[in-house]
Amino acid sequence: MAELHLKSYRFRAEREDDWRRLEKLLTKVGKGSPNALSDEELLALPVLYRQALSSLSVARATSLDQGLVDYLESLSTRAYFLVYGTRSNLAERLGGFFGRAWPQAARALWRETLASFLLTLIGVAAAYFLTLHDPDWFSAFVPDGLAGGRGPTASVEAMRATLYDKGEHHGLSVFAAFLFTHNSGVAIFAFALGFAFCLPTAMLMAYNGAMLGAFLAVFGMRGLGFEAGGWLAIHGVTEISAVILAGAAGLKIGWTLAFPGDLSRPAAMAQAGRQAATLMAGVVVMLFCAGILEGVGRQVIQNDLARYGVALATLVAWPAYLYLPRRRSAA
Amino acid sequence: MAAARKTAKVASAPLTEPSVRDDGRERSLVTPEGVDLKLRLGDAGERAAALLIDLAIMAGVMIAFALLALLALVGAKGKGWEVIGTLALLVFFVLRNLYFVLFELTPGAATPGKRAMGLRVAARNGGRLTADAIFARNAMREIELYLPLSFLASNGDQVGAWLNLLGLLWCAVFVLFPLFNRDRLRVGDLVAGTWVVKAPTRKLAPDLVETSRPSVGRFKFTMAQLDAYGVKELHVLEDVLRRYETKTIALVAARIRLKIDWKAAPDESDGDFLAAYYAALRGRLESRLLLGKRRKDKHDKG
Repeated sequence: MAELHLKSYRFRAEREDDWRRLEKLLTKVGKGSPNALSDEELLALPVLYRQALSSLSVARATSLDQGLVDYLESLSTRAYFLVYGTRSNLAERLGGFFGRAWPQAARALWRETLASFLLTLIGVAAAYFLTLHDPDWFSAFVPDGLAGGRGPTASVEAMRATLYDKGEHHGLSVFAAFLFTHNSGVAIFAFALGFAFCLPTAMLMAYNGAMLGAFLAVFGMRGLGFEAGGWLAIHGVTEISAVILAGAAGLKIGWTLAFPGDLSRPAAMAQAGRQAATLMAGVVVMLFCAGILEGVGRQVIQNDLARYGVALATLVAWPAYLYLPRRRSAA
Repeated sequence: MAAARKTAKVASAPLTEPSVRDDGRERSLVTPEGVDLKLRLGDAGERAAALLIDLAIMAGVMIAFALLALLALVGAKGKGWEVIGTLALLVFFVLRNLYFVLFELTPGAATPGKRAMGLRVAARNGGRLTADAIFARNAMREIELYLPLSFLASNGDQVGAWLNLLGLLWCAVFVLFPLFNRDRLRVGDLVAGTWVVKAPTRKLAPDLVETSRPSVGRFKFTMAQLDAYGVKELHVLEDVLRRYETKTIALVAARIRLKIDWKAAPDESDGDFLAAYYAALRGRLESRLLLGKRRKDKHDKG
């Protein structure tokens, strides 16, 4: 029975229990959350992981049992992903996101944000003056579905009515939910399109601005500019800022793809992508706020000045939150 | 003459097969402890299958929700439509944009579809897989998945159809992106710095030396007989024994007997012979390893 004195056989017999124990812990986590482990098990995990790793190194060098090496490779890899995986809990993550990551990403992408803002502005100005000059342009910028009866052919009274739809408070939450999901979709789309070298995102930004400009023009022509401004601004400040930030995130992606800078292209892309994604998560939060302001706030608040008041508050709050310098100690 | 041809045929049997391990999908991942874990990338087929499973689940949930909502509406005589409408929009939004994100944020870093195919997402630099990376790789599905789908779904007049075709071609660049790079990266993977790897959970297979214990004692091999093969052949032999397909076993046994000049006893089974030879060969190679000599294969004279 000389075969049973094989080194690899004894090696395995001595360590197999530890491997099995690690495997059991991994299965337990795989079924539930990391919280499924007791304190004692959590402490044992890194120790068992390192033992498995060193077993793997030894087995690769000395054992000729390929089945054993394969098993240890799979076991160590699973343990590695758990030990070095994402472990912080949800509250910590949210705190980190709102406290640091989001404002940091917004400040890091200020150039793109500026570009995105200017593109929107160009769209607004172009559409505003074109529509003012020749109202037929309106239909070129605004799809019929979105116009909802507003347009160059509608009467002043009908236009005014669309700004103050009193007593129609049914279905506000559906409306808010619709606006939120629709706008988030557009924003994520603007981000994803950035990958195609910025151009589609830039066009989307300008087009978005153009819709706004055309709307303002048709209301302005009838002397409803002030009222329409309030109707738009109460949620528009938040919403348009969000879309501009989404555009900035998209531009960042496209720009990095074209000009990766000092890093290798994949490395630069990964870095830019994560930064832009953090900003995008913030955009979704902003759009959620905008959806509530638009779906509920605007319907409940019918006074122009109150609408402007809310708009002004958001106009101050968002930039202050995102761009005001803060203490570095937390980071 | 006929017999000679037969042995020649046997001699070209599996022991010379190239190893299946290295197929260009292996990548190194060095842990902070300095051990290379040798990850394997998920291939295009597995990932496509995983995506199809996920899409099927999403569609299933959507249909189930629609049926439930319909039942609720009928039950409440149309009163709760506001709540149900809001819920429907949010459910659709969550499914479309957060289904992948939420599942990949779990410790398994895999959606049900990926899990079923034994895949998981990992950071390419070997570090932690962060939430923003997961968000980034899935936001890109907008141009890789939903945009092409919408082009496919929409049908217009002549001009619209041509525009759709152009759009579809443009999207194809993104859809087929994984097929044109070495690491099978999606656009989303590129942007997020991630890749999709195999995360197979292997069971610890019984040691072949142990399972063959009772019969081994009957076989005595000489040193010359054990020096006929190296590590590579040992691994092929291990593979053959673990699969245990009667035909292959017989072929391989015949080949080895011929090579080492072994006279089979009348009642000797092919399986027992191979198991015994495996144990003895492994013992011999291991003892040489202890002296620092690794014999790669049968051509290695070292």
